[in-house]
Amino acid sequence: MNWLIAVIQTSLFAALAPLLAGWIKWCKCRLQNRKAPSLFQPYRDLIKLTNKQPVVAEQASWLFTIAPYIVFSATVLAASIVPLIAVDLPTSASADVIVMVGFFAFARFFLALAGLDIGTAFGGMGSSREMTISSLAEPAMLMAIFTLTMTASTTNLSVAISHVLNDGLVLRPSFVFALFALIIVAIAETGRVPVDNPATHLELTMIHEAMILEYSGRHLALIEWASQLKLMLYGVLIANIFFPWGIAETFSAKALGYGLLAIFGKLTVLAILLAVSETLLAKMRLFRVQEYLGFAYLLGVLGLLSYIILEASR
Amino acid sequence: MTIEQQDFYTQTILSLAALVGLTSFLMLGQGRLLRLIFVFAVQGLLLTLTTALAAYSLNNPHLYISAVLNLVLKVIFIPWMLRREVIQMNTHRDIEALNNNTMVMLGGASLMVFSYYVLHPIVQTTSPVMLNALALSLSVVLLGMLLMISHRQAVAHVVGFMSIENGLFFAAIVATKGMPMVVELGVAFDVLVAAVLFGIFFFHIRTSIDSLDVDLLNKLHEVDK
Amino acid sequence: MIAAYLVLLIPFIGILFFAVSGHRTDTGKLNVRFNAVCLAATIWLAINVLNQGTILSPGKAFLIDPFNVYLIVLTAFVGLTTAIFSSPYMAHEKELGKLTDQRLKLYYSMYQGFMLAMYLVLTTNNMGVMWVAMEGATLATVLLVSLYRTPESVEAAWKYFILCGVGIAQALFGTILLYYAAVQVGDVENSLLWSVLYANADKLNPEVLAIAFVFMLIGYGTKIGLVPLHNWLPDAHSEGPTPMSAVLSGLLLNDALYAVVRNKMLVDGASDSNMAGLLMMGFGLISFLVAAFFLHRQKDIKRLFSYSSIEHMGMMTFAFGIGGPLATFAALLHMTVHSLTKSAIFVTVGHAAQVAGTQSMDKIRGLIKTQPRVGWGLLIGTIAIAGFPPFGVFTSEFLVLLATMHSYPWLTLPLLMGVGVAFAGLFRNIQPMVYGDKPEGQVPVKANLWPVMIHLGLVLWLGLAIPDFLANWFSQATLLISGSTPL
Repeated sequence: MNWLIAVIQTSLFAALAPLLAGWIKWCKCRLQNRKAPSLFQPYRDLIKLTNKQPVVAEQASWLFTIAPYIVFSATVLAASIVPLIAVDLPTSASADVIVMVGFFAFARFFLALAGLDIGTAFGGMGSSREMTISSLAEPAMLMAIFTLTMTASTTNLSVAISHVLNDGLVLRPSFVFALFALIIVAIAETGRVPVDNPATHLELTMIHEAMILEYSGRHLALIEWASQLKLMLYGVLIANIFFPWGIAETFSAKALGYGLLAIFGKLTVLAILLAVSETLLAKMRLFRVQEYLGFAYLLGVLGLLSYIILEASR
Repeated sequence: MTIEQQDFYTQTILSLAALVGLTSFLMLGQGRLLRLIFVFAVQGLLLTLTTALAAYSLNNPHLYISAVLNLVLKVIFIPWMLRREVIQMNTHRDIEALNNNTMVMLGGASLMVFSYYVLHPIVQTTSPVMLNALALSLSVVLLGMLLMISHRQAVAHVVGFMSIENGLFFAAIVATKGMPMVVELGVAFDVLVAAVLFGIFFFHIRTSIDSLDVDLLNKLHEVDK
Repeated sequence: MIAAYLVLLIPFIGILFFAVSGHRTDTGKLNVRFNAVCLAATIWLAINVLNQGTILSPGKAFLIDPFNVYLIVLTAFVGLTTAIFSSPYMAHEKELGKLTDQRLKLYYSMYQGFMLAMYLVLTTNNMGVMWVAMEGATLATVLLVSLYRTPESVEAAWKYFILCGVGIAQALFGTILLYYAAVQVGDVENSLLWSVLYANADKLNPEVLAIAFVFMLIGYGTKIGLVPLHNWLPDAHSEGPTPMSAVLSGLLLNDALYAVVRNKMLVDGASDSNMAGLLMMGFGLISFLVAAFFLHRQKDIKRLFSYSSIEHMGMMTFAFGIGGPLATFAALLHMTVHSLTKSAIFVTVGHAAQVAGTQSMDKIRGLIKTQPRVGWGLLIGTIAIAGFPPFGVFTSEFLVLLATMHSYPWLTLPLLMGVGVAFAGLFRNIQPMVYGDKPEGQVPVKANLWPVMIHLGLVLWLGLAIPDFLANWFSQATLLISGSTPL
């Protein structure tokens, strides 16, 4: 039964990710006074891409071909660890947050390799930029996550979330810092404005898009899907760690239904906030990204610090 | 005593304190003057909220007066004045190149650790809230100084100066439930006069060096050359 | 008690009065009269205190004890003599076209504002109000530093404003910590009153107080001009109008030191450790030595003497830091003679600069040949401030040395060295200015040197023999600060 719910939850993750991307795009279009595409446009894009035959460069090795599958499956596995509608699922019990970060690193590693593989200038440039940014973002993310795990004294996401839930409404200064740090990291990792702009293919500024420039057909579909999943994953992480209310603690149909509704609501709000901030902010120069992520790291450290000083029981 | 056992007032104060500290950091890394002023106003607003909350929960009417004073001075008057100045000087489109921003940020974090370290001896005599309030306000004071060191625009210096005042105000509200009324009025008066004087000074500096970049104020030396 | 209120009321009226009518030709004389009445009121107050001992005003807002009453009289006295000097000086500046009516109004109004702030610092019983008044003194004088609106003076004023403002913010943090310590033992309403704090000093948490004192020392120390927080001082002194330099050096620095000493009394009461004293000694000694060396590198005459002020403030801080009756007595005496001598010197320097038309020491020459009284005044003033017998500065420095020899014998060496270095630094610059050949076309200016003569006469008198009532007065203050008397 539990495994069934876990599988359902992970499939929900995968199924809903394009919808979230569509919703963000819709909000952005409305905010920018443009006519918005349908909410389901990302699904159509994915289907269209899957039906097309992939074109692979002559120089490409086997790495290039298998990378999309690895990236996608690693992301799905990461998604299975994060509680979406319920806590205490067997998938999340078997792995903790560090494994999740590991899955991300794994996926990124193969994506960067694939970018290098074909030997075009853009692919290499994109890989190098991606690695730079992630090497800066990862410590900041871990700092923010450690703040949470120290509060709950566990690295298991599911247990940590139920801990936060059981404490009731407690305002923790450390969480304020950790929240901001995690938001900043999430924006950098998922390649949103102001770090990267997912909507353009401007050669000098693109990061993520540069790596996947050579992909087409179902390969591209998988990678796009994986990055939509990653965006949703970060959204769920932020929503459920800092505002866990509504998540199902038992596996009754009612609780699960509420859990689904709650995460729908939270993600809707988060997406609107993201769209607003993307509309307000301009993309920053690549060389300022390190300052930006340095700031996130700083916030993470401050969060950890204020936990140790203020909240750790003496 | 862990944070879960504190009452809601204390938790809110602690979180507001964290936010005040956060605004200080935001100011530190801010190269655009208008945004700097905006963040400063937000900090003032957070202080006003803190004061009003303290007044409400301690049932202390004179803190309401402080809250109103703070609102008028630091959220409305001073930001308005600075904003006008920046727009008049036509510097609102400039981005100040901050050297070593990452180093400054890390320096700020160390200052925060340092202020906790300095005030640690008093931890035995007090609750973590007090320690946090005092340490945080000290770090806001020190971050204000760092802001003044790392920025070159006179307007940024004034913001730094006023955010130092903010830090002190926060300490007075949270740690000691507000200073005696006469002192608080006096301090508010001093801040007001200082703000007006800064306005006059902007005018003087502008007429004398035709810019508000205080790095150009470099005629006087420790030893005459 | 009426006297104390009068002392505060008169300058307050002065602010408003001069703000309206400060541009009239007789304003200088009116300013003298305001200060004269104030001096009379302070003397009345002093007599009251001498007869009745410490006075606490009915609302406990003001506290007059032997320590501050003597500073109040000194403040009023220096205020008066500087006003006498400033009357023809400012008239001359106006003739040169350096000042407009508007700025004269500002000058006279803020002169009184500064005096009010000084009196408030000294008389108030509330540590918070003391801070407010101290900041008020900065605010009152900052526009006077930039009175001439030259780029240099604006820069000096900006530096003064920012450095002192930031510095004194530390003192407010110290005051908040002090209050924090006090509310834990006493009633909240009166917790910042010095009289209450002092009575409960032994109950205050010594650790909180120690931290508070560090902040106070840094904060008020910026105003004292302690190295390394002294950068504003030479700039503000050299670029502002000379009467301002005289009162800044003679009064503001003293009052800042007064605030530190008041806090030291609390810390000493709260704990047995000599932390406060040692800190003050360290800062004082460093300021003293650094300023002595800087004297050799100056080219502007007012900067020269402002470094000399830092040097002397360093010595006083050091002496108060040693504690003990002898050192405290010496520090009090040094405060008095330094104020008198330094303001006299700034008065003569102002005239000398007007004679030569410049403040650059390379260009000031032949003062004795041009205007003997100015030349001699500068020479004698320098001799006095350098610590030559028979002037009062010698007596007080000698007493400081004696106290040092008694408590920390090794520190006598750097002190003596500093005195020597400072002496050389002053004389190598002063000698050619006073003697030397008179440049072409240098003519005397209209000068009133009575204040100089009175001040230097008093310093000479204090050096030869301290009158009984004054010695008694000092020893009462010493008793208050250090707990025993030297006599």
